[in-house]
Amino acid sequence: MTKRFLTPSGTAFTALRDVDLTVEPGQFCAVVGPTGCGKSTTLTMVAGLDRPSAGTVRVGGHPIDGIASGTSFMFQTDALLPWKTVIANVALGPIFHGTPKKTAYADAREWLRVVGLAGFENHHPHQLSGGMRKRVSLAAALINEPSILLMDEPFGALDVQTKAIMSNELLSLWDQTRPSVIFVTHDLEEAIALADRVVVMTAGPGTVKAVYDIDLPRPRGAVQEIRFEPRFLELHHQIWAALREEVERAYARTAPPSGSAGPEGGPS
Amino acid sequence: MSAVPLNREPGAGIDAAGGQGAADEGAIAAGARGRARRRRVLVWAARAATLVIVIGGWQLLTSVKIVDPFFWGQPSGIVRQLNDWVRHGTTYGSLWLQIWITFKEAVLGFIFGVAAGVVAGVLLGMFRFLAEVASPYIKVANAIPRIVLGALFTVALGLGTPSKVALAAVLVFFVVFFNAFQGVREVDRNLLANARVLGASRLAIIRHVVLPSALTWIIASLHVAFGMAIIGAIVGEFLGAQKGLGLVIANAQNNFNPNGVFAAMFIIAVLALTAEGLIALLERRLLSWRPRSQTEVAPV
Repeated sequence: MTKRFLTPSGTAFTALRDVDLTVEPGQFCAVVGPTGCGKSTTLTMVAGLDRPSAGTVRVGGHPIDGIASGTSFMFQTDALLPWKTVIANVALGPIFHGTPKKTAYADAREWLRVVGLAGFENHHPHQLSGGMRKRVSLAAALINEPSILLMDEPFGALDVQTKAIMSNELLSLWDQTRPSVIFVTHDLEEAIALADRVVVMTAGPGTVKAVYDIDLPRPRGAVQEIRFEPRFLELHHQIWAALREEVERAYARTAPPSGSAGPEGGPS
Repeated sequence: MSAVPLNREPGAGIDAAGGQGAADEGAIAAGARGRARRRRVLVWAARAATLVIVIGGWQLLTSVKIVDPFFWGQPSGIVRQLNDWVRHGTTYGSLWLQIWITFKEAVLGFIFGVAAGVVAGVLLGMFRFLAEVASPYIKVANAIPRIVLGALFTVALGLGTPSKVALAAVLVFFVVFFNAFQGVREVDRNLLANARVLGASRLAIIRHVVLPSALTWIIASLHVAFGMAIIGAIVGEFLGAQKGLGLVIANAQNNFNPNGVFAAMFIIAVLALTAEGLIALLERRLLSWRPRSQTEVAPV
């Protein structure tokens, strides 16, 4: 799969080149890579929001064309409708699919209970904290009972404690419903703690550099504690070696050109 | 700064400020309320003083003939004129009838203009192709001084209500259209992508995402738009009518009666303020989901 964009100056810009990535049903796959490597672009194409310039995205063996049903997407920033109450936001998915309002609201109430927000049904999003809004987004994504859950740095904007709590809850909800997950992040620890498989992407044009299977046993328990396991540290060390090269390459490209007093400006 | 001293004991440490008990909380709140009340009184007093100075100065200057009341009118004359209209009616029938005619024209023009503006704004905002095709024509139409269209409407639609409604609607249309268009363009891409992934049809996206999002912009434009509707109705009557406040003004002008012009102006202002109040009410109702702005929460 390749994605090219036409830049404003009229030249073609290759964001992704020959990305080949397979996610097994029910697998939790994390994608890490330096900024600007096309992680998010990959997700939008899996969701069917955008088309590849060359190649295909297949879900369950069928190439997708347009919005794939059975897919849910959790964005980095809030995608809740600020003018709707929490419950109306969660009920949107079923309502868009033609479910009667009453059933949709009953479902939504149930999902809000699952994510621990019972009693907040009639609040508006701006009345909730960042972590609570993420829970609402999670409920809104899961209520459609997706077979594929796409997450684009969903907890990127949260503080460390809230992020840990949300990660644990995501794991337990995933364990109950078992969708395939593609989880984009720049946080390697988060990726290893959550995923079955970690994909490292190269600096732009993005392509798959290496794939690591994470053999930490499940259920994994608290993500805060697993990062002290010897096996976790070993994997982290191994994957970081691959990731670091790409991060440095991406950094060198955005850093001022040599000749200035940059940290890498010395003679080599 | 604070009118309520914090009674902090010297050397009591940091937590002394927090350990003052509920009685002091109440005193602080009461002090803050008192300051807010004094401020409100002061503002209203200053407003009243402004009114007295302007109206009184006008009356005084015209009484001692520094300013000629024949050309500039006189507050007492305006009151007398209003009183006369209320009691004996205008040249064209009762005052209430004139107000009703103008109000009806403005409201009808407002409704048609807003409806057309929202529909056109949403359509062009949603479909880029349409917007690209229409944009030069809209620019040209917007560049025409639209008041001139009033002359055309009077010829084509006659001296009755329709010509005034048409002019008011055209004036309202452009204000609402540009805001609706911009509002639709400004819809958060994330919200759109999210709705699409959740399975929303194009119509559902318009109804649940685009319209509510653009509503902030559209409602903001309604305040200006109603003013435009009144301008349309009055100018339309100016250009040719058998009834209405615009005709009353035109007649006062022809009779060298500045008090009549001011009196009619005063009535129109009351009309516009009433409508403004109604729109503000609508705004509060439709946009109740919005977080309170900073200014509504007064710092203590």
